[in-house]
Amino acid sequence: MVGTALQRRLIWRTAEVVDLVDETPRVRSLVLAVPGWPGHQAGQHVDVRLTADDGYQTQRSYSIASPPSTDERLTLTIERLDDGEVSPYLAGELHAGDQVELRGPIGGYFVWAPAVGGPLLLVAGGSGLCPLMAMLRLRQAAGSTVPARLLYSSRSLDEVIYRDELNKLVAMENGLEVMLTLTRQQPPGWTGLHRRIDTDMLSAVAWPPAERPWTFICGPTPLVETAANALVNLGHEPARIKTERFGPTGG
Amino acid sequence: MAITEQELRLDGNAAAGLLRDVFVHEFTSVRGACATCGAEGEMGAQHLYMTPLSPGAVLRCATCGSMLMVVVRAGGRFRVGLQGLIWLEMQDEGAAS
Repeated sequence: MVGTALQRRLIWRTAEVVDLVDETPRVRSLVLAVPGWPGHQAGQHVDVRLTADDGYQTQRSYSIASPPSTDERLTLTIERLDDGEVSPYLAGELHAGDQVELRGPIGGYFVWAPAVGGPLLLVAGGSGLCPLMAMLRLRQAAGSTVPARLLYSSRSLDEVIYRDELNKLVAMENGLEVMLTLTRQQPPGWTGLHRRIDTDMLSAVAWPPAERPWTFICGPTPLVETAANALVNLGHEPARIKTERFGPTGG
Repeated sequence: MAITEQELRLDGNAAAGLLRDVFVHEFTSVRGACATCGAEGEMGAQHLYMTPLSPGAVLRCATCGSMLMVVVRAGGRFRVGLQGLIWLEMQDEGAAS
């Protein structure tokens, strides 16, 4: 992260797509090479700007899914919203070698590093998993054994982003637990959770408030507010619950 | 389809890029105090109302809902209204750490 503190004005940089990974039928990761990228913290985001031939510009914020690194690369994981203005292009039409403009890293609030400690409670819905995955990837890369629990709400098993990687991280048995709740469709024989995140679920999954966990919640606004309010009602310190709502971004 | 207030609500950290343009300082970890209810907290934790094509943003207190700050970007200028904040406190990046 050398250089991050010295970077004053955010500048637009040209990033080149070096790899594309289909995570689910509607979600694609873009691996971007960004010359001069100063590095980032887990949980930060970038602004991506698109310019049409007639000069019309539009921009969106996307969380960085890759952990901090020094290789001037970062990964964005983007859900394609069919009526969206930006995501169908980024997650549908971009090819390796194409360029996009971005600036960042942005944000210093919704961030975690091993030195912050834990235990860590991560709650996500849909592509809200992206910034939390950067935290889990950093935890793994840094050899951290901070106890961590991820509660992830997905419509179906097929729509679980990073499914294989999450399974591998859990199999390492270094203090990470992952709980899935599948809200719309469950595979035959599914014995896990299958309803929207609620107080009972958080009461069962969350660390006891006395352990003073750091909590990060990211996803659609109703999910974020339900989870954050439930945790406060369960006795968790509001100042240790950090939220990132998607809102109606228009994709 | 009507959009509800809840659907519009974002976190202050969603305006991190915009506020970096104004303050030339990482803003979501800046602490402040609400002039209405006195609650103190990081700006990234407050409620934000902003859409991709809107000319600005409104930051409201997560505790009492009162307006903290308004930022409007138009005509090549920013106008910043800070009437809902008593104070802001941020890291002195020039200080030896």
